[in-house]
Amino acid sequence: MAQIQIKNIRKEFGDFTAVKESSFTIEDGEFFMLLGPSGCGKTTTLRMIAGLELPTSGEIYLDGEEISQLPPSQRDIAFVFQMFALYPHMNVRKNLSYPLVSQGMPRAQVKAKVEEVANILGIQDMLNKPVGGLSGGDRQRVALGRAIVRDPKAFMMDEPLGALDAEFREHMAEELRALHDRMNATTVYVTHDQLEAMQMGDKIVVMNNAVVEQFGTPQEVYDKPATMFVADFIGSPSMNFLPFEGAVSEGATSVTLNGQILGIPQQRQGASGKLVYGVRPEHIKLSDTGDYRGEVITTEYLGTTQIITLDTPNGELKARVDSAQIATVGEKVGLSFEAPKITLFDEATGAALVSELNEKVLAHG
Amino acid sequence: MAEVILKNLSKSYGDQVGIADVSLTIPDGSFVVLLGPTGAGKTTTLRLISGLDKADQGEVWIGGRQVDNEMPAQRDVAMVFQQYSLYPHLTVRENLAFPLKSPVLKTPPDEIERKVNDVASVLQISHKLDNKATALSGGEMQRVSIGRALVRDPAIFLMDEPLSSLDAKLRTDLRVELKRIHASLGATLLYVTHDQIEAMTMATHIGVLDHGRLAQFGSPRDIYENPNSLYVAGRLGQPRINILPADLFGGMPEGTTQIGMRPEHITQGEGVEAQVQRVEHLGDQNRLHLNLQGHDVITIADPATDYEPGAVLKIAPNNPLCFDATGARIR
Repeated sequence: MAQIQIKNIRKEFGDFTAVKESSFTIEDGEFFMLLGPSGCGKTTTLRMIAGLELPTSGEIYLDGEEISQLPPSQRDIAFVFQMFALYPHMNVRKNLSYPLVSQGMPRAQVKAKVEEVANILGIQDMLNKPVGGLSGGDRQRVALGRAIVRDPKAFMMDEPLGALDAEFREHMAEELRALHDRMNATTVYVTHDQLEAMQMGDKIVVMNNAVVEQFGTPQEVYDKPATMFVADFIGSPSMNFLPFEGAVSEGATSVTLNGQILGIPQQRQGASGKLVYGVRPEHIKLSDTGDYRGEVITTEYLGTTQIITLDTPNGELKARVDSAQIATVGEKVGLSFEAPKITLFDEATGAALVSELNEKVLAHG
Repeated sequence: MAEVILKNLSKSYGDQVGIADVSLTIPDGSFVVLLGPTGAGKTTTLRLISGLDKADQGEVWIGGRQVDNEMPAQRDVAMVFQQYSLYPHLTVRENLAFPLKSPVLKTPPDEIERKVNDVASVLQISHKLDNKATALSGGEMQRVSIGRALVRDPAIFLMDEPLSSLDAKLRTDLRVELKRIHASLGATLLYVTHDQIEAMTMATHIGVLDHGRLAQFGSPRDIYENPNSLYVAGRLGQPRINILPADLFGGMPEGTTQIGMRPEHITQGEGVEAQVQRVEHLGDQNRLHLNLQGHDVITIADPATDYEPGAVLKIAPNNPLCFDATGARIR
């Protein structure tokens, strides 16, 4: 298994730049998520690591060896696609054996290896079935099995659960993660589903418009977003943005919105002009006394918690509160925000302002 | 708007049971969601109310009138399907006006104009009224097809998974929008879905269907906090409720064979030891996957906690739900 290092990688297709100078490191044994909306360059990045595309510039190191210009077959990386690419005319055993047979592995060894992998995936009883008759989940298991039998240094997965229905997807996500924990193989996984990324990943790279917006653990990316894009893309409902005009100086612990003084973590960077006050739905409390007022538009019951949509002087805002709390549509309530969890953004650039909260995360990129 | 009553309604297709002996009152002005997996009988119920199918047994009453022998058009219901069915050669305005031009309704032209504009503004598609229906995005098309139901003033709106073909972000927006429309029109709505989030967030009442039978009917809060069977308890809640043998913790009422603990109804720091298998950091909460004597248990912890896989922590049920051998609730 292996560490993968990406250095200033760039990919152009004619006039179109799919990936702009991106750098990050995938540690040995990590489950690493490439997250972003369609067209952000995440799949292109994955394909460059696998060798299905050659980068226009930049380097890729696999265990210290520069591989960016090597053909895929010499990289020792296995690829799992969204659409399970299986040989329809072969049975499960033959599909699993194929990568090994084509490498020239002796028959007896192939047989042993295939049985071992089938055991790991729980598909030993369907080895002699044709793949055509299998359910979507079983086919995806076989496709995974085909990647695993080769004992590659790393796995690349391009939305492997995208074609499955919601309920089954959750189940496969857990299975995949458990499989990773047993094998400890370096895995790079592309998805546009933020919940999937948060649930499964050890680290997340968030991409947008061919650029890496942020790179870190799920908790860092959620609590300390580097940009407004990241703050909006991660979390459901996403972070609330309250735009305001004003100034904040280095060392400040509050800002003024609509005449109200609201707390913020101590700032390490001053700014002025069009700013944005970013607050996660669960960091908003409803109270009778809060000076910042909002009107309840809808409430959505979710079991333990509920989402309350409010109309405020700075726009619509969603709060996640305990479902025991009574909120009536049309009612005006006071709001308070958890100051230490707030992120301020510069509206023009979308970048987060450095504060006590995020200085460590923003410092390393 | 009107109350709709189903009395002992049954329908089979050959030896396949559609619904079996369903009795249900949809109160005037309510937003009722029928929830269940594929094949539970949700769509069959809608089709029986609308008159697209005929019941084997039982009665359908709409607004105090028994309608079993009426044609769909006479029943005064409006239906929205999962797949938007618009006239591709007509504009959005013409699509919306179409139901009003029906010879049965005889709506005057200025009335049609007014209604179409009203509905378009509620659905925020006013600026697209003169576009061809095919020149819209998927979300806009579904809004037009909902709008086509809204221009009428039917006794009840019947909606069959109208949001399931839309992407996640749009689904969230339309969920709020539908709720707003329901509140502002005071309409009676029967809505079918297998998505528990839709059911919980929009419904005034949820009916949970299990293989054609109505397993429970009540408010979302009732169904979530007070399910009357193991089946109903498993339909709501994300992550799913943990079902464990009753003897793991002891101290349960007599006859209890299984207990159900929602992930948030587990006390940490006392009780029985469990090993942490995996921690998911979801931002607003941490999900702990535990192994409790060979059973998988999922619970929730504050995002500030830092359990590592392999750690041991004690857990105990907090207000567990108790079930007997048949899956019925013991209270």
